[in-house]
Amino acid sequence: MEHTLTIQHRDDDASRIGMWLFIFTELFLFAGLFLVFAVYRVKYYEGFHLAAKELNVTVGTINSIILLLSGMTMGIAYLAIQKAKNKLTLAMLGITILLGIIFLVNKYFEWSVKFEHGLYPGSPELISLSKGDVMFFGLYFFMTGLHALHLIAGLILIVIVFGAVIRGRVHSTKYALLENCSLYWHLVDLVWLFLFPLFYLIN
Amino acid sequence: MSQTSVSYLEYQGKYKGILGWILSTDHKRIGLLYLYTIVSFFLVGATLGLLMKLELIAPGRTIMDAQTYNAFFTLHGITMIFLVVIPGIPAIFGNFFLPIMIGAKDVSFPRLNLLSWWLYVIGAAIAISSQFLGSGPPDTGWTFYAPYSLRVPTNVLSAVLGAFVLGFSSILTGINFITTMHRMKAPGMKWMKMPLFPWSLYATGWIQILATPIIGITLLMIVAERLFKIGFFDPSLGGDPLLYQHLFWIYSHPAVYIMILPAMGVISEIIPTFARKTIFGYSAIVISSFGIAFIGYFVWGHHMFAAGMSARSLWFFSLLTFIVAIPSAIKVFNWVATLYKGSINVQTPLYWALSFIFVFLIGGLSGLFLGSLAVDVHLTDTAFVVGHFHFIVFGGMGYAFMAAIHYWFPKIYGRMYDKSWANTGWLIFFMGFLALYFTMFYLGMKGQPRRTYDYFEEYHSGNIISSLGAIVMLFGLAIIIINLVRSARHGEKAPADPWGGKTLEWTIPSPPPIENFEEIPEITHDPYDYK
Ligand SMILES: [Cu+2]
Repeated sequence: MEHTLTIQHRDDDASRIGMWLFIFTELFLFAGLFLVFAVYRVKYYEGFHLAAKELNVTVGTINSIILLLSGMTMGIAYLAIQKAKNKLTLAMLGITILLGIIFLVNKYFEWSVKFEHGLYPGSPELISLSKGDVMFFGLYFFMTGLHALHLIAGLILIVIVFGAVIRGRVHSTKYALLENCSLYWHLVDLVWLFLFPLFYLIN
Repeated sequence: MSQTSVSYLEYQGKYKGILGWILSTDHKRIGLLYLYTIVSFFLVGATLGLLMKLELIAPGRTIMDAQTYNAFFTLHGITMIFLVVIPGIPAIFGNFFLPIMIGAKDVSFPRLNLLSWWLYVIGAAIAISSQFLGSGPPDTGWTFYAPYSLRVPTNVLSAVLGAFVLGFSSILTGINFITTMHRMKAPGMKWMKMPLFPWSLYATGWIQILATPIIGITLLMIVAERLFKIGFFDPSLGGDPLLYQHLFWIYSHPAVYIMILPAMGVISEIIPTFARKTIFGYSAIVISSFGIAFIGYFVWGHHMFAAGMSARSLWFFSLLTFIVAIPSAIKVFNWVATLYKGSINVQTPLYWALSFIFVFLIGGLSGLFLGSLAVDVHLTDTAFVVGHFHFIVFGGMGYAFMAAIHYWFPKIYGRMYDKSWANTGWLIFFMGFLALYFTMFYLGMKGQPRRTYDYFEEYHSGNIISSLGAIVMLFGLAIIIINLVRSARHGEKAPADPWGGKTLEWTIPSPPPIENFEEIPEITHDPYDYK
């Protein structure tokens, strides 16, 4: 911007520290939600167990595997860029994007099935059920929704990195952006690995 | 004159005029952007406060009805807390002086810094829009307590969303500052050679990063609850309103330390300069900041003593509340010990710093009354609480802000203000402040409830004193502001080091050149080297 005078020297360590601090913030954001989940899980122990049976464990498991795989491809991309294997990097980033999209598509179908059954916040069917059900599905939509938003942000970030690799802005000696992107993607992964057992496997 | 020695005020970059400011990534210009926006919001909040005090000058309806009064204290709270006090010192003086004091040319992420200011402006605009859009201004108080905030038709949504965006801005500033201190300290500046104001920003940054997301998610839950009927806190949907209070205060108590730690940092700079003596107990001040930041995380329950909690948690939160007072008291001892046997140079910033210690002490001690369980039951939701937190927040952050602006003004603008007007303004302000808030302790003990536009006749005389105090205080404030605004343009030219300060900002010209330092300095001695 205006700062043309300054010799803007690159500081990869600074961007690494900055990203980690941001990850801490994100973790606390979800930690607040997990706290809420824990409180209501205790309060509506029975209700949560019964409500969790409504979720499709198969789809949840598939999605978990997809995200784990995408974490792996992201990791390979990170290793590949350091060895100057740009083609491999691009391929891996591409696969990661693809896996992320598949996750979202699965999520979309999962959500729409719930909507068909009237299991969404504010629906007359859901209100007629027990308070444990209402709370469970409220939390389910809010938490998986927030996670999906983070996943979309992560995808946008990967697309940016993808472009940067093509244009040579990210390469074997300058890959802080890719590193931070991969950190963020692992955060998205990690949060899901907590969400999955909490919602799908508690029954 | 070489390009690099042009002052940041005159430097002509890519953009001209106002764009050269609102698109500038220079930390000094961003600091001033914050200064102007925050002071404007402060004046809005202060005007609302004055109108409320005028309403309370007599029982019954005086100048506004109950609903207007409710809207006023809500907007006053939101403006003052989220727009003024939380960002105040870090965003203005932190931006301007942190890089200079650690011998750096800028913060680690200058563009992110500019983004933070823009987010601040956007968040402020959203929060303020709640007054004009939708079905009337919110009337929930700045705390947005559920389930009321979930059910009222007033425009709670944009106020909450605005606060969310402001939180994001605050987090980014915290990340930027912490990274800057890790990466950009001048060669030779070890951690324990860093001045105390940067140290206070470091501790604050960690609270911003680790506490703000909790309020962020809580506010998002309010949004989701209002928009999609997800029943997090609404008992009719199975939610628990007390859980809202817990989450809210898990952030909002540490937020008090986001407000007060930088204020303490400012005072720790000013006292040694005007005592012409090394700060007493440098490391004790540093460590106590972290003590405050850490313990401050576990005391939130003291806001809920009357709301319903188990006896054990009551006991726990009360004990910790007493413990968190200790590190603050350590700092007070350090400041006083620094003054002891110093050769004291009495100037406006020192007046503000000394009155800070005085009001902060009263604020802190009145907090111990509220922290004791039995007394709190009597004092909850009375004017006593209002008096207490204005002594802490306004008396703490506000006075430190005034001290800071009078301390660094010659450095920022390269001009000196009129000292006798500044001192007169301080005295009038201080007297008004005491009349305004001290009476609230008395009224609260007598039982006058807070957040009510009306009261019984027995509280009348106390309220007259309090309201007159408000008028006197704002009169003093007007003197202070007019003096500063005039002096920024017409004041005498200030030398590089008008106070005999020892930290790095006093080694460079006033106003600072665009690059701060011709050459990055080598640090060989302690920050307050008065031998
Ligand atoms: Cu508190």
